[in-house]
Amino acid sequence: MTEQGATGTQVTGAQSLIKSLESAGAENIFGIPGGAILPAYDPLYDSKIRHILVRHEQGAGHAAQGYAAATGKVGVCMATSGPGATNLVTPLADAHMDSVPLVAVTGQVGASMIGTDAFQEADIRGITMPITKHNFLVTDPAEIPRTIAEAFYLASTGRPGPVLVDVAKSALQAMTTFTWPTEINLPGYRPVTRPHVKQIREATRLILESRRPVLYVGGGVIRARASRELRVLAEMTGIPVVTTLMARGAFPDSHAQHLGMPGMHGTVAAVAGLQKSDLIISLGARFDDRVTGNLDSFAPGAKVIHADIDPAEIGKNRIVDVPIVGDCREVIADLIVALQAEQDAGTAGDYEGWVKFLSGVKQRYPLGYDTPEDGGLAPQYVLERLGAIAGPESVYCAGVGQHQMWATHYVGFEHPNTWINSGGLGTMGFAVPAAMGAKVGRPDATVWAIDGDGCFQMTNQELATCTIEGIPIKVAIINNESLGMVRQWQTLFYGGRYSNTDLQSKRVPDFVKLADAYGAVGLACESAADVDATINKAMEIDDVPVVVDFRVHRDAMVWPMVAAGTSNDDIKYARDLAPEFEEDDL
Amino acid sequence: MSVHTLSVLVENKPGVLARIAGLFSRRGFNIDSLAVGPTEHPEISRMTIVVNVEESPLEQVTKQLNKLIEVIKIVELEEREAIERELLLVKVRADVDTRSQVLDVVQLFKARVVDVATDAITLEVTGNSDKLTDFLKVIEPFGIRELVQSGLVAIGRGGRSITERTLRPVPVPVPQAG
Repeated sequence: MTEQGATGTQVTGAQSLIKSLESAGAENIFGIPGGAILPAYDPLYDSKIRHILVRHEQGAGHAAQGYAAATGKVGVCMATSGPGATNLVTPLADAHMDSVPLVAVTGQVGASMIGTDAFQEADIRGITMPITKHNFLVTDPAEIPRTIAEAFYLASTGRPGPVLVDVAKSALQAMTTFTWPTEINLPGYRPVTRPHVKQIREATRLILESRRPVLYVGGGVIRARASRELRVLAEMTGIPVVTTLMARGAFPDSHAQHLGMPGMHGTVAAVAGLQKSDLIISLGARFDDRVTGNLDSFAPGAKVIHADIDPAEIGKNRIVDVPIVGDCREVIADLIVALQAEQDAGTAGDYEGWVKFLSGVKQRYPLGYDTPEDGGLAPQYVLERLGAIAGPESVYCAGVGQHQMWATHYVGFEHPNTWINSGGLGTMGFAVPAAMGAKVGRPDATVWAIDGDGCFQMTNQELATCTIEGIPIKVAIINNESLGMVRQWQTLFYGGRYSNTDLQSKRVPDFVKLADAYGAVGLACESAADVDATINKAMEIDDVPVVVDFRVHRDAMVWPMVAAGTSNDDIKYARDLAPEFEEDDL
Repeated sequence: MSVHTLSVLVENKPGVLARIAGLFSRRGFNIDSLAVGPTEHPEISRMTIVVNVEESPLEQVTKQLNKLIEVIKIVELEEREAIERELLLVKVRADVDTRSQVLDVVQLFKARVVDVATDAITLEVTGNSDKLTDFLKVIEPFGIRELVQSGLVAIGRGGRSITERTLRPVPVPVPQAG
């Protein structure tokens, strides 16, 4: 056998593709074969790469995302041309929004057929241009190794993101030589990871001068593996921390300085922490509209230090006082050194009044929920217990909607890469396939998919994959028989006119039977008294997937809430209840 | 709103134009004119893009363009620091009676006659957009039959070149085990 990276071996383009994927370090591929990609599946049959045959290409894409988010490695998915490729569009857009390192390999019709509207032809490169970090169309088999090397490099460096490689069937079938490149030549791609000394100095000055600073932590801290550094920075300065939906787990929820998640459904303390601050130290966050609410009235008294690896994020939404382009881990490390030097010289920030004010807010307005009077099951209680029983070492993947918000608040996260969800794109149906990918990446961890009954019905076919491939994930369906978040808006803003949000999923389908049909264990639970026992039972099963149908109270709502487009000042912590801030404390 | 001229060096690869056009449309930036052509380096093309934006979105335009992998470099050319040219081909009604008057205008604007027919004359004019606007104002009364105009191209004044660059490759990372 030829050594990996050996030069000049005569192979087919398909063999070259698989050798390239092996050389790039791919260990798992989620995919489905089809006509145009078929040649690649032949050498894949003999490869050391594990291919996981999914039931829908969207599942392959989200699984690759879950794998990447759980491990920090590049996730890989594969599909054929046309519909196979277009089914990857949603995961690619999702990975693009949430900066997930992903390589998608798609088959394309033969080079001579491109542009003729051939069978299963779709211009997937054109289609995915705006939703990938970069993409390639390969028609020359000699280009395959270089393209795959570039794809992995692009996906995993700088601001991570999805890269699509579309390979013509003719290139897969042709003979070529395989040579793994030693150098990458992308003259237009030079991500800056080292922050500028002057900007660090300026940031340090602002941090020391400010009286009401807050660390606004985004998903970039997780992608940069900077949680440890973040904790050092927070503890040495005493500055309060908020973690966005993408950053949950980057800083322990149990930590006294943690105010929770900011934004539309953020905690009162986190929203107030940003809104009333005089200095926002943004680390790998992007001032998303779900965090800022109405931009004009967002944190009106705050100066901004904005650190991000993507220069285009800096100043995109909010004017910045100190821009820092760099990798979050290096930025935070440099800030620590600079602030330590100041502390050694006897200079430290004075945040005492601010910290006291915020801990007062945190105490007065903790997260809370009502237990339904009719004896129904509170969804928040289910997630609280799930977090307590499965613990912070487990990995939690969520879909999108109410269950996602309850999960982010009530599970309790202590470690990075244990909370995996669709933040930017808001893709319903993300949880089950993402959990499958996460479990493949971290087989020893318990992986829970927390899903809504609406979300679950979009992608649950991957339970078949999980059963057959031996990927024992656990699924908690928070079944309120509705498109719950939409229903909540209908309750609040459309006078309770529930147009097309009633899914009747307590009647159809029978999730326990469905689980059974998929070879999984199905459990149901509809009273608070049974929650612990049901979760414990699910935790004991480790050979097949488990699906728990938590049949919860349908009128539970997500609080706190800042209504869309309004100011964060107008946050309500329960319906019609606005917090009162004792600003004299400030 | 203000007009800015950007010189964008890109890798000469298929699909680059689509990427850039797509970016402008997706982000809601307005293109006034766009011209693409080869440079002294065969692997590099140069686009001259005239955008019409507020000051702060201009920063977003350049940052978003820079994010495209195939964009190598962007330079904003200030009007005073650059030579700007557009090319205009125009077919003007000109018969025996008016031809000499048209030719007077040609002389005045240093235009060129590139084709003559019995009832029309085709002219080529180059210059900055002010000159072309003035030219059209004067020639318009004769009757314009057909008109085609290029995008603007521009080059900085002085001896420096924006294409001086390093194309330093980076090593392929070795995948980590486990």
